Amino acid sequence: MSTLAPAEHLGSRLSHTWSERRRWPLVSVAGGALAAGAVLLPLAFLVVQAQRSGWGEVQRLLLRHSVAVLLWNSVRLAAACTALCAVLGVGAAWLVERTDVPARRLWAVLLVLPLGIPDFVVAFGWISIDPGFHGYLAAVMVMTLSLYPLVYLPVAAALANLDPGLEEAARSLGAGPWKAFAKLTMRQIWPALLGGCLLVTLGLLAEYGAFEILQYQTFTVAIFTEFKLGFDTVAACTLSLVLVMVSVAVLGGELTLSGRGRTFRPGPGARRGAPRIALGRRRIGAVGALALLAALALGVPVGTLGYWILHGGSSTLPSTSILAAAGHTALFSAAAAILSTLLAIPVATLAIRHRNRLTLLIERISYLPMALPGLVIALGLVSFSVRYAFSLYQSSAELIIAYAILFLPLAIVGVRSAMAQASPRLEEVGRSLGANRSSVFLRITLPLIAPGLGAAFALVFISSATELTATLLLRPTGVNTLATQFWVYTTNFSYGAAAPYAALMVAISAVPAYLLSRRMRTISRTGGPR
Amino acid sequence: MSRSASIPLAPLLISVSLLLGACGGSSAGLTLYSGQHEQTTALLVKAFERRTGITVQVRSADEATLGNQLDQEGSNSPADVFYAENTPVLEALAAKGMFAPVAPATLAAVPSRDASSRGLWVGVSARVSALVYNTAKLTGASLPSSVLELASPRWSVKVGFAPSETDFQPVLTAIIRLDGAQAAERWLKGLAANARIYPDNEAVVTEVNNGESQLGPIDHYYWYRLRQEQGAGATTSALHYYAAGDPGNLIDISGAAILRSSSHRPAAQEFLAFLVSAAGQRVIEGSGSWEYPLRPGVSPAAGLPPLAQLGANSLTPAELGDGSEALAMEQRLGLL
Repeated sequence: MSTLAPAEHLGSRLSHTWSERRRWPLVSVAGGALAAGAVLLPLAFLVVQAQRSGWGEVQRLLLRHSVAVLLWNSVRLAAACTALCAVLGVGAAWLVERTDVPARRLWAVLLVLPLGIPDFVVAFGWISIDPGFHGYLAAVMVMTLSLYPLVYLPVAAALANLDPGLEEAARSLGAGPWKAFAKLTMRQIWPALLGGCLLVTLGLLAEYGAFEILQYQTFTVAIFTEFKLGFDTVAACTLSLVLVMVSVAVLGGELTLSGRGRTFRPGPGARRGAPRIALGRRRIGAVGALALLAALALGVPVGTLGYWILHGGSSTLPSTSILAAAGHTALFSAAAAILSTLLAIPVATLAIRHRNRLTLLIERISYLPMALPGLVIALGLVSFSVRYAFSLYQSSAELIIAYAILFLPLAIVGVRSAMAQASPRLEEVGRSLGANRSSVFLRITLPLIAPGLGAAFALVFISSATELTATLLLRPTGVNTLATQFWVYTTNFSYGAAAPYAALMVAISAVPAYLLSRRMRTISRTGGPR
Repeated sequence: MSRSASIPLAPLLISVSLLLGACGGSSAGLTLYSGQHEQTTALLVKAFERRTGITVQVRSADEATLGNQLDQEGSNSPADVFYAENTPVLEALAAKGMFAPVAPATLAAVPSRDASSRGLWVGVSARVSALVYNTAKLTGASLPSSVLELASPRWSVKVGFAPSETDFQPVLTAIIRLDGAQAAERWLKGLAANARIYPDNEAVVTEVNNGESQLGPIDHYYWYRLRQEQGAGATTSALHYYAAGDPGNLIDISGAAILRSSSHRPAAQEFLAFLVSAAGQRVIEGSGSWEYPLRPGVSPAAGLPPLAQLGANSLTPAELGDGSEALAMEQRLGLL
């Protein structure tokens, strides 16, 4: 794993003259290439498999009425959910990070947790409240409530990192609070918001589990039918290529939208907390809104778990193996979150600081795993490692690498938005004062992007903790995680026995969410690192 | 400040490497890929280990995931035995030449119709395809005696089924075999027009029990497992079997095979022999999986009607095949 060490740490200490900053940062390039290579591995598998299907097969698979319907279902779901997640994510992040709404630390944790609940529990919870809870609107609601943290977290990190000077200047020049928000704050959180929306859109294209229960058929249904009933990897991969094409369009669209101006803090660099906006009497309304969101997104699934524990016929005290499963989940998820964040640093550095066609391509490619079903990625890794790296096959290391690849896009969004906010001027000043690349990175860049790194870590950790498909294929034989045990019990109707595993998943997810909220609080209170 | 920003890397990496060391070394025992009911598999493995001293590493996932994984692993597979819930995945992998022949004595322990016609897998347990109905909305006397009647307008809006469920293709295949492809396609159209679509049989049995649908075709054990979880008092559904010989009245076999690439073939043969031995079959009976043991003379769990009384049709797993014909038909009609 030493090759995956943070890029700039190993930076050359030879010369650091003025001309150096125009040169390619070799370590970032190496790190970025490594990340892109890791992502291309399963993509290559996809292409190799798909090109084995002849034209006749392609026609049979793609030129079906049902395929068009399924694709349309995926697209309209992604569009609606992304818009709603953007509104909820930004609104909640603004209330928690920029206003004097009470119990902010509590909200900061509660609002992230829905990401750590298995889709099965969320969908099941709503269906047990209303058995008729099916179809498009149900899917929009359930997926919005479980995915908005993908927007909330990066945006909250960006807001915590905000330079209040700009907004104050705007206000002093006569702009109202709304105008200042729309013109300046939005602009600073724009990369975080777009990145979060990108994650929601791509994630929905690949989602499968929840829709199975909500009886909403999306394009992934067609892919899983080939896997599950046809045992036909070639057909499944051919269909998955359609998702890749849709994602390429989405990624291109996001690039167009993100190309607007500079977002980095032009300020002096010494950070101070932005003054919070006093809500006055509207505090009650704000608390009510946050409470409603938490109740819908968290209350329903957690209530379901409570019901299972109290009423399930299979409820017994979970065996001691639940601790081993929890330990594995925590360890694998933490290691994957570190690895993913480390890989994301060079990718984001290249895309933000050394923007050109190649570095943008590397960054864009790194988002693709998000839009592919976990099964495709995992089978790609199976196919590769069983042939070329057998000693790695079904080892903890391979599972950690799989998580890191699957959730690299989440880490990139977290790091990228913080990197975009951090002014490169400060790094230049550091270098002009004689610091070499690695000490500039450690002493200037790293503290500036710390909230983004925290968001990246939390996003990857929580997503890994609930991952099932790749876990089933790649875990070491005999090793269980919370997600695999939860799956074992729910497939046998043993909901009472399954509930403690899901509850522990939520509890484990609360840890990084809590640490992150503390960290962001420190920054806005003390004015952060210098 | 930058120090507190860094994540406690060193302890984590150390614990990960410790874990790698603990999990990395492969043992001399058997590796079992199991798509079967996990608790039943665990009980079988425990009994086998006690009896033979051979250790078994179990990898559980759903059978389709394992089938795709085995297909990708090919001759490098670390698996010695594959234990599947249904025969189509076994037939599909057998057709790719992935299995070694099962010992004749093991094959002979179960009725010959319950094993691979080429001796490449052996049946271990069975389920019966039947109909679940809501007891508050329907009475037993009003229920259809044939699965074919589910396509009649009489059951419009009342029936629910799961076209993507692995247990559904065998029913459709049976109709294709017994009544012809045209009749089967007509039937499927009628059923689809009548029915509410569910993602799997767990959903069918749950929603029929809740009354959202009134009846639906499932394999018998889903209903028994639901009743076990909910308690008989909270169960507002019951099971109905079709008439003897009906295309819908069929047996689904769960079976096991030995990987051709296995380097522990004698131990793998021993494991398969144990699965169909009287001792192994009694483990299945008592495991709460509600499946029928296949070995003659071992009775099913209390509460299950004897398999022989149910009058299942005579189609064999070989005749039901890998289900691809049914799959293509469902895709043609836009059900998948």
